[in-house]
Amino acid sequence: MAGQSDSNMSLFSPGEIEFMAGDELVEIVPNLRMNSLYFIRGDYGPFHPQLAAQVPLWLAVALKKRGKCTIRPPQWMSIENLAQVLELERDSHAFQPLPFHYLEISRLLFDHAREDIPDMYMVRSLTEDIRDVRFHKVETNLEKFTASTVTWKNMSAMEVNIIRAFAGRALQAFYKHDNEQQAPDTDRMLDKQPQIPTDRPKRNLKPR
Amino acid sequence: MATEESASVMDDYETLISTTDVELLKRAWRNEKAAPEILQFESSLVQRIKEQIELAEQNVEISEANNIDPLTVSLYQMDLDRTQFLLRSYLRVRLQKIEKYLFYVLKTDEYLNRLSKQEQMFARRCTDDLGSHLDETVLAKLPDNYQSILKQSITSEEDDMVPVPRLDTFVICKAKQYLSGLDFEPEYRTVLSFLLCPLRINFVTECPSLLLQTETSWVFGTLRKYSASSRIVLICAFLAIVFLLPNGLSVA
Repeated sequence: MAGQSDSNMSLFSPGEIEFMAGDELVEIVPNLRMNSLYFIRGDYGPFHPQLAAQVPLWLAVALKKRGKCTIRPPQWMSIENLAQVLELERDSHAFQPLPFHYLEISRLLFDHAREDIPDMYMVRSLTEDIRDVRFHKVETNLEKFTASTVTWKNMSAMEVNIIRAFAGRALQAFYKHDNEQQAPDTDRMLDKQPQIPTDRPKRNLKPR
Repeated sequence: MATEESASVMDDYETLISTTDVELLKRAWRNEKAAPEILQFESSLVQRIKEQIELAEQNVEISEANNIDPLTVSLYQMDLDRTQFLLRSYLRVRLQKIEKYLFYVLKTDEYLNRLSKQEQMFARRCTDDLGSHLDETVLAKLPDNYQSILKQSITSEEDDMVPVPRLDTFVICKAKQYLSGLDFEPEYRTVLSFLLCPLRINFVTECPSLLLQTETSWVFGTLRKYSASSRIVLICAFLAIVFLLPNGLSVA
């Protein structure tokens, strides 16, 4: 039992993250008339042709697949906004604010509602660039991972999920080795041992 | 639902009552997945969800029988499927955890009490089966001193063959509000609860008010062995999370 691997237990699969993103609201313009839907997770509708309605993404995609609506891409998916985000993203170390599920939402829309997105190719390549820049940032941030507590602002669900297992184990290792050093000594003793690399900042936080 | 998403949430009580059971279940599922130990079984929530699922199933059947628009029926079916997935996944994660920490759960009253009746039954039967299986295949063939399923040898004073959940571990949290460095000195015994998305972070020293700001941070911190007092904080935090759901960032 002790050797049993639990790698998939505490982790969210990309599919599960997408599942969560499916509950984000988007705006659709239906082309059919349909009564209100009384779902377990809430009520939506009624739907009238050409009248915009807010529905969860999964419902939007389901209707879209059947050709019953067009999806209005969210505000942040405009070329202007994405270009600006990309630029800021490149210029600064911080993560720019984007919807928590921006990757999943954009991916679902690219896959299922491509004709509803103006300048689809441009939007898509901008989104991919943003994703790449941010992932790169995540990787560089990991190199600086020394404190026992680190905060990063504005990371998205997918980005966090990718590093979750690794970051957890890495911090665990830092923590463990720190404690090993301290275990036999009191804190005072530790100060007398210059060979121990203690370049760890006193304040264990890196505000970003 | 829409108002909950768009408007910044002022009244936590209102948020609490307007949050659907599905959201609550989603949070329970997320927490359960991210927590190192088994959490309290959400019995009343699961009960409510089960009832709603049954109701929805009946509705789908009736609609199908009555030749209602197949599109509508299929949408109801999808909603039903998504809810069922959540419930199944929630129960399954718990079973996995019970299996993993089987002996520990059974001998620790605190953990045992967190299980539902059925889960307790599962844990007991699982232990019996596993115990007799190991006895037959391995343990009975070992020297007398090494036949315990819980101990390495008869000289062990404690049960040292029992996997124990690591509470002293790291979790990733999403903060409801921007946290400044001050809040995170480990000396303050930061209590982080584990979970992925709806984050709950609270400090024993100062429980932040339920103020919601747009800024969110990811926090990687130590979950110290939490004490009785920290549990209380965790509970407040539970209530507080409602705010962020379901999409953290986009709450205005």
